[in-house]
Amino acid sequence: MSSAVNIPPQFEVVDRPLDTQMTISMGPQHPSTHGVLRLELVLDGEMVVKATPDIGYLHTGMEKLFEYKKYQQGIVITDRMDYLNPLGNNLAYVMAVEKLLEIEIPERAQTIRVLTCELQRIASHLVWLGTHALDIGAMTVFFYCFREREKIMNLIEAASGGRLTPSYFRIGGLMMDLPAGFERRVQQFQDGFLKSVDEFHTLLTGNRIFQKRTQGVGYISAEDAIDWGLSGPCLRGSGVDLDIRRANPYTGYEKYDFEVPTESECDVWARYMVRMREMKESHKIVTQALSRLRPGPVKADAPKVVLPDREAMKTHMDALIHHFLIVAEGFDVPAGEVYQPIEASKGELGVYVKSDGGPKPARVHFRGPSFVNLSALPHMSEGCMVADIVAIIGSLDIVLGEIDR
Amino acid sequence: MTTGANSENNLPENAATDPSQNLTPSPLSPLLAALQQVNREWITSTSEALGETTVIVPREHIVDVCSHLKTAPEARFDFLADICGADRGVEEEPRFEVNYHLFSTTKHHRLRLKIVLNEEDVHVPTVTGVWRTANWHERETFDLFGIIFDGHPDLRRILLPDDWQGYALRKDFPLRGYEPYSLK
Repeated sequence: MSSAVNIPPQFEVVDRPLDTQMTISMGPQHPSTHGVLRLELVLDGEMVVKATPDIGYLHTGMEKLFEYKKYQQGIVITDRMDYLNPLGNNLAYVMAVEKLLEIEIPERAQTIRVLTCELQRIASHLVWLGTHALDIGAMTVFFYCFREREKIMNLIEAASGGRLTPSYFRIGGLMMDLPAGFERRVQQFQDGFLKSVDEFHTLLTGNRIFQKRTQGVGYISAEDAIDWGLSGPCLRGSGVDLDIRRANPYTGYEKYDFEVPTESECDVWARYMVRMREMKESHKIVTQALSRLRPGPVKADAPKVVLPDREAMKTHMDALIHHFLIVAEGFDVPAGEVYQPIEASKGELGVYVKSDGGPKPARVHFRGPSFVNLSALPHMSEGCMVADIVAIIGSLDIVLGEIDR
Repeated sequence: MTTGANSENNLPENAATDPSQNLTPSPLSPLLAALQQVNREWITSTSEALGETTVIVPREHIVDVCSHLKTAPEARFDFLADICGADRGVEEEPRFEVNYHLFSTTKHHRLRLKIVLNEEDVHVPTVTGVWRTANWHERETFDLFGIIFDGHPDLRRILLPDDWQGYALRKDFPLRGYEPYSLK
């Protein structure tokens, strides 16, 4: 390397052009942190030495609020946690309370719960796909995803009256039965959706830039993924065949025929492929749920817990009394505690409800999949480039409403 | 606070003398019996309700119990689903509890471990050495209940600001915080 020219020391090329470490703040107002997530990054050049997530910007004290609300009022709060998968949150909460009350849910209500939850899962995955692609630089996908998502939002609106905050499930069943013609509208969506998934594949899967940005990025081995408590598509992207719908079936999922997609690459690409395949599986479940829909009641036979029909309330004295008592005083839930896990679109959503026998819960705790998945971010991202952090966050599919609660 | 017949709130003191009497039949019974074989002091009491098994563990043994349950071939609780605190009420003694929800990714069974704590001494050994995911769960429990996890690598507040006063999910913390505001 000895050259005749004498290079002044300040112009000498060294291995590490910046021999200093720099700490920068990524977020909380950063478009690709999916909400108000702040990352404290210690950088060496463009390499991430240390990444520390800083959360809590959206903390609204929901768990405290639950203790001051009656059981049925809590359903509305759950909508606001993971706002991309509100029906999943509703389901986990009402199932936990139903478990404490030990009431049976009619077959039709169970089927409608599965049907709408799977539609919601597809909608949640569509938002993930659109924003993940947007973060990486592919803008077109976003519009295609939101076109499909809009159809699902319309379906959920038709059933519940709400788009982002449906509160459709009630303790003991559903708010009301599906509107007339709902099955036909779902079928219409179903007919076109598989073609749309193929369309998404043509936009991203064969795209060399997308492949380069995702393959081999954000590696986490199966052992580490379990140790860090990853769940849902993130865990299955590390090759672990685990789905709560299979492991601890609920709401009759054991009767449905579907596959649990897994990929063994353990990187962002694997998590992408798992979710893409999951959308098709959810589509399959919706088809089966449609064929299982039989006429029947959608509310459990528990007059002290479930609000009576409007018509009965107006004509029957006892129904009016029950209606008044439920609305004015709530209902007592036997003392005890339950932990109810479900497979939400992002992973294991667990609800811990503790009752002391009164009409308000003594403690409600949510084990949010986003919260736990985000805690593994430093493990996945240290040693990678800043631009890869964006891809990794996208692949974790986090929602800050659920992390901060 | 509690008036109902909540067996778990009235923690039986004599249960510690002979825990085997408290064992009710459940799919996890052999596993818990085996756990007692290893060390009789690991289990204070066991209860089975609504299809869920709860084991009350003395806090000084929690790390041993967890590492044993994680590796024992019949248990394989390799996945820590959740840790959450609970406040039984200001007058209750013991006042606090910490619930560990364990899950096995291979056997698909679940178990709840519970630690009960008096208000004066809210120290619990950390289980971050057993499962790394315990890190944020323990920080959250510390943040909202003020339970101190001894040996935790980074025990800071996680959801609330660093200068927040009080522990928000304790029953004596007002819903709207302290007036005019809870920051220093």
